[in-house]
Amino acid sequence: MNEIRTLLWKEIALEWRQRYALSGMLLYIVSTITVCYLSFNARPDLLTPIVWNTLFWIILLFTAVNAIAKSFAQERLGRLLYYYTLANPQAIILSKIIYNSLLMLLLAGIGFGFYVFVMGNPVLDLGMYLLSIVLGSIGFASTLTMVAGIASKAENSSTLMAVLSFPIILPMLLMIIKLSKNALDGLDRSVSMDEISTLLAIDTIVIMLSYLLFPYLWRS
Amino acid sequence: MKNWWKILTVIVMFYVIFQGLLGTVPRQPILNESIRNLYFHVTMWFAMISMLLLSVIYSVRYLRSNAIQDDERSAEFAKTGILFGVLGCVTGSLWANFTWGEPWPNDPKLNSAAVGMLIYFAYLLLRNSFEDEQRRGRISAVYNIFAFAVFVPLIFVLPRLTDSLHPGNGGNPAFSSYDLDNQMRLVFYPASIGWILLGLWITQLRYRLKAVHRKQLENLAERPLERINS
Repeated sequence: MNEIRTLLWKEIALEWRQRYALSGMLLYIVSTITVCYLSFNARPDLLTPIVWNTLFWIILLFTAVNAIAKSFAQERLGRLLYYYTLANPQAIILSKIIYNSLLMLLLAGIGFGFYVFVMGNPVLDLGMYLLSIVLGSIGFASTLTMVAGIASKAENSSTLMAVLSFPIILPMLLMIIKLSKNALDGLDRSVSMDEISTLLAIDTIVIMLSYLLFPYLWRS
Repeated sequence: MKNWWKILTVIVMFYVIFQGLLGTVPRQPILNESIRNLYFHVTMWFAMISMLLLSVIYSVRYLRSNAIQDDERSAEFAKTGILFGVLGCVTGSLWANFTWGEPWPNDPKLNSAAVGMLIYFAYLLLRNSFEDEQRRGRISAVYNIFAFAVFVPLIFVLPRLTDSLHPGNGGNPAFSSYDLDNQMRLVFYPASIGWILLGLWITQLRYRLKAVHRKQLENLAERPLERINS
């Protein structure tokens, strides 16, 4: 537990020291939203709630892939070797998952704020929508962290990251889009219980598997 | 007799092909004669799931043992699984063209299957991007287990939550309830077993070919040494 806290603190300190990466990601999500906003300017009436919702999640997906891909790639070989001697791999993966979840929550929160600011807000049940963002951020972070770990071991890791992560993240993405659509339409909250439990189940499976499998990945 | 199951496979497959194409089947509206595709389409998915499950089992074994044989078996099982998956998509597409009017209707099960295939194509791509055998084995085993854990909810859970054209989903009655009569069962169950056995056989042959290839490479690597010694 202590180890995880130390490693988590190290990730945050590292991120804070190279703030350009963080601001780069923030700028990435803001400029993507701006591009979408301006592209829909020609026919704003086409931006139905469904399109609004799907577009938001696709923007978030691309942001997540870009933000998390660097969580292993940015570590230099020497530093990785150093961790190898110091920390246990399970603590490393858990700290990375927690850190990436926090990062995604921050990015998604700011992204959602800006998205609502320029594209309007058709959400009827805001609390539920925010819950879907929280679940989505954590789910994206936990799945993509493991995939980033796998992809970073190969040579052309940026292509591999996209190819490996998109199909794997899809079940989660579909669930989240459905959940957030329910929130968007302001349906009764009991309707969404199915989606929430499935999402939580997928999250649990993914985190458990990352926890079990990461030591093997780490060794190579 | 070590190879009894191969003889069994041949007999079962002959039985399934003849009985499947010529045997009596119940008359159903819309389905008509295309109901015979049950023996060739549905069984493909059973065979695919079995192959992929075996592939995951060998991946787990590889992570425990680090024996390169386990990794090769796991990869060959995954490849056979992909073959059955593609065949399942093709036979399903044929069937859909006759019964639902278009080769690829927008159906959650079809889309899940397509995404599942993408996951495993990515697995093959990942395998090919490593030079070192042990490294390739370890990382693709990790991905294989990870992918299977996502693949199972994708195939079994997601389509059941939404409406589907397939029987047994979204309020449609399951196939067995109205047209899988006893006559068809007599072909359907052997067909499932037969395709799985055939998959095992294909995998075994491919694995042996791989093993021979590996041996050859090892011999080639040793020969210069022999020459120097003699």
